[in-house]
Parts: sequence; C-alpha cells; structure tokens
Amino acid sequence: MMKALLEAESVGHSYPGGQLGCEDVSFRLYPGEVLGVVGESGSGKSTLLGCLSGMLEPSNGIVRFDVGGQGLRDVFSLSEPERRLLMRTDWGIVRQNPRDGLRMNVSAGGNVGERLMAVGARNYGNIRNEALDWLTRVEIPSSRVDDLPRTFSGGMQQRVQIARILVSKPRLIFMDEPTGGLDVSVQARLLDLLRGLVRDLGVAAVVVTHDLAVVRLLSDRLMVMRQGRVVETGLTDQVLDDPQHPYSQLLVSSVLQA
Amino acid sequence: MTQKSLMLQVRNLRKTFTLHGRGGVQLPVFNDISFEVSAGECVALIGSSGSGKSTLLRSLYANYLPSAGEILVKHHGEWVDIASVEARTKLEIRRETIGYVSQFLRVIPRISSIDLISEVAISGGMSSEIAIEVSSALLRRLNLPEHLWNVPPATFSGGEQQRVNIAMGLVRPYPILLLDEPTASLDASNRESAIELILEAKSRGAAIIAICHDETARDRFADRLFDVSQFKAAA
Amino acid sequence: MNSQAFHSVDGTYNFAYLDEQTKRMIRRTLLKAIAVPGYQVPFGGREMPMAYGWGTGGIQITASIIGKDDTLKVIDQGADDTTNAVSIRRFFQRVSGVKTTEETQKATLIQTRHRIPEKQLTENQILVYQVPQPEPLWKLEPREVETRKLHAYSEYGLMHVKLYEDISRHGEIITTYDYPVEVNARHIMSPSPIPKFDNPKMAMMPALQLFGAGREKRIYAIPPYTRVRSLDFDDHPFEIQRFEDPCALCGAEGVFLDEVILDDKGDHMFVCSDSDHCRERRAAGHAGHRASDAASIGFVSSEGEA
Repeated sequence: MMKALLEAESVGHSYPGGQLGCEDVSFRLYPGEVLGVVGESGSGKSTLLGCLSGMLEPSNGIVRFDVGGQGLRDVFSLSEPERRLLMRTDWGIVRQNPRDGLRMNVSAGGNVGERLMAVGARNYGNIRNEALDWLTRVEIPSSRVDDLPRTFSGGMQQRVQIARILVSKPRLIFMDEPTGGLDVSVQARLLDLLRGLVRDLGVAAVVVTHDLAVVRLLSDRLMVMRQGRVVETGLTDQVLDDPQHPYSQLLVSSVLQA
Repeated sequence: MTQKSLMLQVRNLRKTFTLHGRGGVQLPVFNDISFEVSAGECVALIGSSGSGKSTLLRSLYANYLPSAGEILVKHHGEWVDIASVEARTKLEIRRETIGYVSQFLRVIPRISSIDLISEVAISGGMSSEIAIEVSSALLRRLNLPEHLWNVPPATFSGGEQQRVNIAMGLVRPYPILLLDEPTASLDASNRESAIELILEAKSRGAAIIAICHDETARDRFADRLFDVSQFKAAA
Repeated sequence: MNSQAFHSVDGTYNFAYLDEQTKRMIRRTLLKAIAVPGYQVPFGGREMPMAYGWGTGGIQITASIIGKDDTLKVIDQGADDTTNAVSIRRFFQRVSGVKTTEETQKATLIQTRHRIPEKQLTENQILVYQVPQPEPLWKLEPREVETRKLHAYSEYGLMHVKLYEDISRHGEIITTYDYPVEVNARHIMSPSPIPKFDNPKMAMMPALQLFGAGREKRIYAIPPYTRVRSLDFDDHPFEIQRFEDPCALCGAEGVFLDEVILDDKGDHMFVCSDSDHCRERRAAGHAGHRASDAASIGFVSSEGEA
C-alpha cells in the first residue's frame, strides 16, 4: 500500500475580521499524483494553497507531509528551519509571477544553482553543469545561462523558475496559476513542458488555477471550490465531462469548447 | 462471482443527468442495467441512437458517474466497484485493467502520435525503446502512413485519428477493453486490420464491450448482443 | 573610578565624548558580540559629531572601550596620515587625551578603515574596524527580516550564489575586498571593505577584533584565536592577491601594495599600503629599487583601490 505524501484534514482558514478563506478541506495526495484545484477568484483556492504549502497557518485542521519519507508529520508543528528546509528541498512552489519566484539580479544559472548551493554543493563545475542541464531541459538555450532573468520573455522566466525548483528533485510542487499572464501559444508550450516533466520525474503536484484547460492537461484529479468550500471532487475528466454540482456544471458550461 | 473468468459485472446501473442550469431538469438515460462479461468474450451494445450506449461505455470507464448501481471490475484479482472507489484506484484501474478506444477520447494536444501510443506502453512498465518499437509495429499494421507518426493527431482525418485511438487502446494487453465504434471512418482494408487486432485481443483473453454500428464488422468479433434501449428509463 | 576620569582634557566633553550610559550600553553589546562570534548585534547607535561614512561605528566602539592608559593608532587604507585617520586621531586626543602612535606594536587600540596592519597583532591589542555595510547578504536579499532568518538558520547558500555569479561572469571570484568569511564555523560575516589579502590575518588572530557599523547600528566581533574561513568553491579555492614586485621603497614582499602615481607622464610605483610597516623597514635598513623616491613623495599613501 502506497503511503500518502500530503494529507489535508478539515483544513480551514479565516482571515482576521472573520473573512472566510477556505473551510473543511480534506484530501490525500499520493506520490506522483497531480491534483487540480479550480474555482473563480475568491473561491479560496489560493488560501488553500497557502495553507498546504506551509506559508499560511490554517486556523482549523491539519496539513501533514511525509517528511523525509518517514511518515506524515504536521507541517505546522515543524520548526521554522525544518519547514524552510522542506521548502527548498522536497517542495517547490511555482509562482504565477516569475518575479516572485526568481532572483532577478542573479543570472539564470545562478538561479538554478541556488538550491544546490543551499544544500551544500560547493563544486562550481558541478553546479554549473547541473544548471546547464536543467536549463536545457526547460528549453532555455545554454548560451543564455549567464543572462539575467529580466532579459528573458515571460515564458522563459517561467521556465527558469521551474528549472530552479526541479533541480533539487522535489517530491511535491505547488503551482499557482502557472500559465497566468502568458500568451496562449506560450501557455501551451509551458503546459506541455510541465506535463512532460511531471510525468518523467514522477513528482506530485497541486495545481491551483481558474483555467480548466490547464487541469485537463496536467491533473489526474480535480477539486472544484466555491466560496471557500470544496463542492466536488473526482477524476479530472469525470468532473469536466460529467459535473455533478450545480456550480461545477456552470463552470464547465462557461468555457467555450475549443 | 465464483466463476473465475468473469471480468466485469454491471448491477442495477442507472444514469440520469441533472441539468442544474436548466432548473434541475432530469434527463434519464437508462435504469437498472445488469450484465456480465467474461474473459475472452465480446459483448456488443446495441440500441437506437440516444439509447445510452456511449453513456454506458463512459460509465464503465468512470468518465461518467452512475446515479445508482455498481460496476464491478476484476482488478488485480479483486472485485472493485469503479463507480465508487477512490479516485486514485480509478486511475490505477485505467492504467492496469481497462483500455478504452473512442472516437471521442480527448488526446493530449501537441504530442506526436507515436509518443501518445508509446506513453501508454511506458506507463505499463515498458522501456521507452521497446515501447517505440511496439507502437511502430502497431501503426504499421494499422497502415498509418509513417510521415504522420511524428505529427500530433489533431490535424488528422477521422480515419487516421481513429487508428491512433485503436493503437492507444491496444498497445497494452488490458484485461478489459471498451471499444466505441472502433471501425468507424476506416476503409475496408484498415477495418480488416482493426478487426484482426480486436480478435487477437479477444483470443488472448480480453473481455470486450463494444459499440459498433457496422454489423459486418460486429459479427466478426461480437459473441453476443446486449440491447441497451430496453432499459430506457421513463422520464 | 573617580569622577575626574569622566572629563575630557578640555573639560567640555565627557571622557571619550560618549556619556557613561551610552558606553555601558555599547560595552554590553560588545560582550554579546564576542559571545556569538560573527553575529550582528543591534545597538542604539548615537549621533556623532561627524557624518555617517566617516567611521561613526568604529568611533563609538573605540570611545566605549578606550581607557586613559591606552595608546591609540588610527589608520585609513593602511596609512596614519590620511584625512580620515588624522581627524579621528585628533578627535580622540581632544576628548580623551590618550597617547597616540603610528607604530603598530606600541598601540593598544587600533581603529582601522580598509586594512589590517602587516605586523602580527598581539593579545594585548584590540582592532576596531569601521564598517559601512555589515550585512554580507544585502545585495542578494534586501529584506532584513529574511536575512536575519538566513543567519539564524545558517541558510547560507545565497552567499555562494554571489561567488557563483563572479566565476560565471569573470572566470574567477572577482570579489577583492569585503570578501565574505565564515566565523567560528557558524556565522557568515562581512570583514568590512578590507582587501581579501587581509582575510587570512583574521583567522586565529591573537588580538580581539571588533566591528562597528554606525549607520546600520550593528556591532559584531571576532574573539581572539577564532577560526575564520573565506568562502570558496572546491574547484575555485580562495586566493589572496599577489604582487609581482616587492615594495619599491622598502623591498618588502608578501605585503599589500598600493600604486602611487608619481607624475602626469605615467610614472608610478608600488609601495606598502601599511605606511608604518614600510617606514619601520626602511629605518632598519631595507631598501627597494626606488628607495630614494621616498622623500620626494613624502611617502604619501595613494588613493588606490583597496
């Protein structure tokens, strides 16, 4: 029996002033699984992502992660340095705006190499080779390794961000609208790349988006959120092809079929 | 259930669509369907258009969620209700036990035909070289022109797409196969190749449920017919 | 202690300018800094009668620890006679009346900007550094809340990113001054803008080293005989600058040299940056190939880069 990698148990978060972020969210994510979370702005999906990724302490419920493969541990009972270590080794967070996920004054190679240096890599040649390898895998020409991210297009920046995360071979990545703000053709290319990498590396992922095409392509399972609550869960294609909840039906029917 | 060769048992299955956006209007498709399929047996679903053949097939693949009843699948030697089991087991069943050939199957965009097929083979544990070899052999048998192999099927003709779909469904020796119009849009010689592949799957012991309007083709591989229209639920 | 001790020579200011409460606060800060080598301790920096950037951090430390029996030496870029060194020395002469010297071995307290004296310091000496920017990570991580965590949790990968960037752009680590060090196998620390040539001198130094940043209001320290390691990569080890020729005036080798421009026709020579060291060697009879030019330039330290 495979062990769960991430587990949410009745996770809820309310903001000061009582505004509801999300409420009573439970699920288990297993190694290599990709979970999509969809809903419109204000549905609580970003709050949930914050709680799951250790950045926002839930006001209710527990988030557990299989730390170091030694069994599930409450993420928020870890000490801050333990949690930060997790974030730069086993976890990765792909942010919507690559500026939030990259060091803009550090070269592409330095950005990718940082996580290696953070865990003690001290051989320049090896670090550089690994950075070059990962940049190639995300389709950045190796001639650009020493260029600053600001000289890159939005799609390239996003790919550097992904390389920067994957270099540490995380077991779980969180993606917050990974294709948001990109041109449609660039989105498609990025999605193909992400799908390929997620498959090849067997990495588990939680993908938060309002774009159903993104989850159709990337995720195995889907959670539909509305007003802070999960209204429907299931296989991605089942939820999209045969939505049960009124809100899921509305969401699916609102998208033009391409 | 004691009979060892049983692979699929459908019990009292009902499917009704509820359209919440239309004031909760109910669209009943079928009610109280029960049937069984054994290994090496092919059951063809028949019934007039709109009788729910495709809806039933999609339900068997967990693409549609039944409103009531059970779909018991022999998965890794155990009976599992694919309608109610947790999502990751559904995925596992799709990966290991049930193959699906459908003209409506959504393929992943922008991926070449050969990669689409070999990915399925690789997901079954085949090495990528062997997967490419097996996929190529399959496409060759299905007579898909070689210059199309590295092209995503989106721009293909119906017949070409259908051959990619057949290859994806047959590249692994799934114990259960769901075929939705496997020979549609194929010319005579290609239809013959498809039928041969289906017969081979059957003889290796696959339990097959098929929708096939082409009666000549159907008669070649179907052992019995199952009329879905008799379960048409009253509105 | 008698109250007389609190008055400066001219009777206008408290001894060594700062009031006793401030000195006590700074001394407490110093004790903490010494207890946690390389850790930046915040302190309530006072306004000094000079602008930030003129050594207000170092001056506050010196003012807090100087006693009547101390002998003070002040150097700037290795020289005792540059503007900054002269004015700080005069300041302490006026407000404390202590003896001053230009001879390294006679000093009990040395305040410095940008150099460590060539002569090995002793257990009876204290070296006070003026620090413009105490945070070694500031160029890479501008958020102070974050840099504090990086120090607290020893998350120092970022520091190597800086060195990585050097090598990837220039083929080698081109950071030549303010080269980051790891102190006591724990904290990463800015050594202040001394040339990396001086970094090895910090390691296992018998003298106490104190660092003061006036604008940033931080104090940190290296206790005597503490391990100090300059950061590097396995395949790009730390190296100090090397000079092809010895000092043109005293012939010293293995010391840090400054370039002195002699005229507007491009004539120049390399001489000891540590003017006291050079003078002492020449007095002992050592001579470089242009020893005769020493008088003609009055041994003026250059404004060369340190």
